[in-house]
Order: sequence, then C-alpha cells, then structure tokens
Amino acid sequence: MTTATAPRAARFGAFVPALLLLVVFFAGPLLWAVYSAFTDVALTGSAEVNFIGVDNFTTMWHDAQFWNSLWLTLVFVVGSAVIGQNTLGLLIALLLRGRNAGTRGVVSGLVIAAWTVPEVVAGFCWYSYLHRDGTLNGILGWVGLDQNWLYTTPMLAVILANVWRGTAFSMLVYQAALNDVPPELHEAAAMDGASAWQRLRSVTLPLIRRSIVSNLMLITLQTLAAFGLIYVMTKGGPGTKSSTTPIYMYQESFQFYKLGYGTAMALVLLVIGAIFSLIYVRLIKVDNL
Amino acid sequence: MRPKHVLAALTALALTTASAGCGGSGGDDSDKTITVAYQKFGAFIQLDAQLQNVKKEYEAAHAGWTVELVPIEAAENDYYTKLSLMNRSPKTAPDVMYEDTFLINTDIQAGFLAPIDEYLSGWADWSQFTDAAKAAGKAQDGKTYGVPMGTDTRALWYDKTIFQKAGLTVPWEPKSWNDVLAAARTIKQKVPGVTPLNVYSGKGAGEGATMQGFEMLLYGTKHTLYDDAQKKWIVGSPGFNDSLGFIKTIFDEKLAPDPQDALDPNWGTKVNTELFPTGKLGISLDGSWTSSTWIESGSKPWPQWTEKLGYAAMPTQNGEAPGKTSMSGGWLLSVGAHAADKKASFDFVTTMLNKENTLKYDIAAGQIAERKDVAADPRYLESNPSLEFFTGLVDVTHFRPAYPDYPNVSNAIQVAMESVMTGQAPVDAAAKTFAEQVTSAVGGPDKVTTAS
Repeated sequence: MTTATAPRAARFGAFVPALLLLVVFFAGPLLWAVYSAFTDVALTGSAEVNFIGVDNFTTMWHDAQFWNSLWLTLVFVVGSAVIGQNTLGLLIALLLRGRNAGTRGVVSGLVIAAWTVPEVVAGFCWYSYLHRDGTLNGILGWVGLDQNWLYTTPMLAVILANVWRGTAFSMLVYQAALNDVPPELHEAAAMDGASAWQRLRSVTLPLIRRSIVSNLMLITLQTLAAFGLIYVMTKGGPGTKSSTTPIYMYQESFQFYKLGYGTAMALVLLVIGAIFSLIYVRLIKVDNL
Repeated sequence: MRPKHVLAALTALALTTASAGCGGSGGDDSDKTITVAYQKFGAFIQLDAQLQNVKKEYEAAHAGWTVELVPIEAAENDYYTKLSLMNRSPKTAPDVMYEDTFLINTDIQAGFLAPIDEYLSGWADWSQFTDAAKAAGKAQDGKTYGVPMGTDTRALWYDKTIFQKAGLTVPWEPKSWNDVLAAARTIKQKVPGVTPLNVYSGKGAGEGATMQGFEMLLYGTKHTLYDDAQKKWIVGSPGFNDSLGFIKTIFDEKLAPDPQDALDPNWGTKVNTELFPTGKLGISLDGSWTSSTWIESGSKPWPQWTEKLGYAAMPTQNGEAPGKTSMSGGWLLSVGAHAADKKASFDFVTTMLNKENTLKYDIAAGQIAERKDVAADPRYLESNPSLEFFTGLVDVTHFRPAYPDYPNVSNAIQVAMESVMTGQAPVDAAAKTFAEQVTSAVGGPDKVTTAS
C-alpha cells in the first residue's frame, strides 16, 4: 500500500500555500472574533481594549432585546428557510421531474433569476413592491386592503422576500438529487401498488435524505446570518419588530459602537447554527454524510 | 452536493473575496497627498461643492500636493460609523475630517484626532473666532482638536399660507407646548391633506431625532440629560417622561406624519425637498440650516420660501423663563492622529476656513457664523432673511453633553422615541428601558442619577 515514491514532506509541501491562505483568511478572523467576544473593544470612544471575561455573555443573558432578536431569528429561519425555501424547492423539483424541456427551462429559469438578483436589489424590489405606495397596494387598493406591509407585517414581509430569493438553491439541490433516484425503483413500487404519496415517502425521500440534510444545513446557516435583505426592507423596524440577531448585532456594534458585544452575539449565533446542524443530522439519521 | 465540493467552493469564494479586498488597500499613501473625509448625503451637498473648489485652490497654492476628497455618502449615523471604521486603521484614516462636535471627546479617547494647538498659535485668523467657537473644539483634556465651520440653532418653521387657511395668527408666537399642540390640532381640523406638525423621531432620523426632536423638548423642561455638578447622566426625570409624552401625543393624535414615513431614513430630505415646497406641511421643528436646501445652490431651489415660510422660537414647556429654547451643535474640521504631515493637513483646514471660504460655506450651508469678520460682513447678513432670527436664538441655546457616552445615550433616546411613536411601549415603559440601557451603556448605576 505504501508504495508512494514522493516523500511525505513534499506531498505536504504542495498544500502549504492553500493552508496558509486558510489560516490567514479563515482562522485569523475567527480567532479574532472569539477573542473580541471576551473584550470591551469599541468602535470609537476608547483606545484601549480590556479583557472582561464573560461579561458580554452575562449582559446578553439579561438583555430582553437580545432574546427578542433570537426569537425573531428563529421565526425567520424556520419560516423562510426550513419551511419556505426547503419545501417549496423540493416541491418545484418534484413537479418538474419528467416535464418537457420547455417547461423545465422556463420554470427553473424564473426561479433562478430571483436567486441571481443581488441581495440589496432584491431587498429594494420587495421594498417597493410592499411599500405603502407600492405595486401590491396598487392592486389591493381596488378592494380596500391596501396597507404598508413592511409596517404592519414586517416579519411576514421579510420571510416572503427570503423565500422568493432563496428557493432556487434548494430547487437546484433537489433536482440534482432526484436525478440520481433510479426510475426502476419507482416503477417497481408502482407495480406493487404504491400510491404517488407512498412512493414519495418510502422511496424518493429516503434516497435523497443526504441531500435534504446538506440543503437544510446550508440554507439554515445562510439564513441565520441574513442581514442585507432585512436591513434594506425594514432596518429591523418598526421598533424592534423585525430586528433579528444579525440586525441587532449590527446596531450594537456599529451604532452603539460596542464591537465586543456584537462579536459575542455572533459567537452565540455560531453555536446556534451548530445546534441546528446536529438536529438535522439526528432527525434524518444520516450515518455517513 | 458532497462536502468536498462544498469546501472547494467555499475556499474559492473566500479567495476571491479576499483578493478583492486586497485591491482596495493596495494604494500607496504618497507623502504629498491629503485625504479629506466628509459627509455628502441627500440634500446636504454644499460641503462637497465647496471642498471641490477649495481642493483646486489648495493645490494651486501648494505645488506638488494633491488633495484627495473622500465623500462618504451615508445618513448621519452611518457617516459616524464609516468614519470610525476608516479611523481604526492608520492605512485608511483620513488626514482631515469633518467632525461633529458631539463626537469629539469620543473620538479623542479612541485616539483618532490630533491636537492642533501648536499650529493654531501661528494662525492669525484664530483670533477672529468667538470664544464659544473656540470652546467647541476644545476637549476635556484642554487641548483643541478642531476648527469650527459654523454653528446652528433650531426652531419651528411654519407655512404661513396654511396658518392663514386654518385661521391662525401670523406671525405665530407660541408660548408653551400646548400652544404648539393647539396650532397643530387646528391645522388638522381646518386644512385636510396637510401634515400638521413634523418632529423628527426614531432611529431613522438618527441624531436629528435626538437633537431637533427630543432635546428641543427636554431642554425646555426643568430637566436636562446630564448633571454637571454630580457628573452623572440623568435618567427617569419628569421632564424626560413629559417629552416622550409630547411625542406620543402628536403621533397618537396623528398631528405628526405617519410613523412609517417618519421612520424612513430619507424622511428629512422628503420634508424639505417635497412637503414644505408643495405646501403639504404646517409646522416643522428643524434647524437653522434648513433654508440652505432652497437657495439657488441647494438641492431643491425654491426662492418663494422667504415669503411662504415663517419661523418661531420653540417655547419652553409651560412658558418658563426665558420662554424659549434652542439647541446648538456644529461641525469642525479636524486633523487625523495618523496624518502623515499634520502641518500640511492643518494648512488645508485654514484654507477651507479662511474668511472668504467660511463666508461662502456659511451662506451656502445656512450656518451661523462663528468668525467675527464673517458675521459682520454685509454679504453674510444680507444672504438670508432668516439669519437674524436664528442668530438671536444663540442667547437661549443649549449644547449637548459632548461626553464619550453621549452617542450611546442619544441612540437610547431614539429607541425610546421609536417605541413610543409606534405604540409598542407606553411612556413609562419606554423611559424605563431608556434608564436601563443608559445605565448599562455608561458603566453602572453610580454613573446615573434619577434626581436632578
């Protein structure tokens, strides 16, 4: 087995530049963030940085606004990613299976177009669509239902916008996964008298469960950190009604100048992301991802 | 989507982003360049226009030097953030910056600014500045960190046509908050389709909400924000609650604009470029510089403003002496602590703020002159009919407690205003949240006081 002629060191040497870049650009900022979370580093107002232990975390524990933001983040992730993007993506992928190239092209094209729009542009599109003087109200005005959706239902507004924008990713993942499901299995199940729903539940879903986990993990992490879309649409408002943790983090770090506190929150968010990932892996029982 | 592929994709992404980042900071800071950072946003374009000219003037007078203008296009709060971010690294720190007087102590503590006393002593023009102006740039450590460009006061602007339609007396001279509310109520009743009273409020308007809105109320009560004798921040004073109550009243009774409009960061621009010129706004609590939007070089020229609009001093709560109140701020040009050639940077400041350029700027930006020679110049006095009125308010004006914690306190005020105006919290609860936020922001219960 160990017939490799190249010495170990040389083989390793080829990785050094990549490793170095990873350390500088990944590990560096990460370590700095972990360190800052335990300090009172400020954007302005103080030149010195003090190590303050877990003070930032105890503050967070007693900070009602932080808990509120965490709850909103949860609503946002579950609503827009886990339920919205994931289910809708799977549904579109399933419905498109076996359709002719024309239909597939048009539908996928439209969905992907929403995904390729830059986040800020998407945010402004939805802003102008849902705003009081926006398109939606132009239509709803005929039946007297017009209102400023960003003001009355801010969370619903940002969740809808994020579903619209992010569904394409899930759809692509599931399209690829469904292509790998052998048609014979379906045919065999159909021969045995399984209904369409039974085939989906007992054949298709188990076969694509790894893709489901990867997809859920990726979109959860993306959505946990979503900032631009919400910031553009509502700025976390009105009041704190759509102030998810990333928005609150930005406010504390860059408007209240408490960089240390903001980074501590980022660390908590990281842990939450990890918990979500663990839950997915457990729930879907993937042995070797 | 295998993990390996994901990792590869992420690495590629990270590398692209990182290399893109490198491009930005690669610029070699040549010794003979002065970078000037300042704000340019919405209707505030006067400083940008003037600096373009001063750049030419400076480069012509100082052969070999280049002035690099860095306009930061952001609303007020974001301007402070971006400027702080620039200042955090010596590589990006500007040599000369447009600095709000209320942030000066904060930025000095962070080590962003350089003292300029040694250069000031050799600048003959410095004696032309009023004592109040000299104090504006002086920090807690007794050194001076900036040259004032002009100051401002705040008062009530009102539309005379709307007042006449509503049957209100012009000129208007409100004697108490109730007079202001009464006028707004009359307008609401008699002149439909018009927003009766605009008071900036909430996070969208940033420091404008704190100063033009809240502090114009609070400093007209018996209370303020900071107890100078005890050196403590005042939380939970009756005046604070009354001021929040005023905000609640005008939003509850719909005398104020819709909260959703008022919370828009572009609201201030909309008020002065759209609502006032089209006769859609009755009264607005705003700054002395407001008319700079309507002069010829402004972003919305509207020569008729001199006939259409009137101005009245903001009364104290119940007409307590001296009967009226105002707030003053102002901006400085400061030299950065990391400036390679501080003397050259200071020279740029003196070029921008010599008599002629200060005169031009104060007229264009609607500033109240802080140079005696400018204030006495007929061109200045004749430039704007509102100038005499707003200069007169200097006698009753107040200044913000410009301590390093002020920005935090100001932000907490905006949060309190926003929760009251949107109906998310009653006045008491909002004041309690404010007290908690301030207590934690300024470093504990021994830094605040409830009595005053």
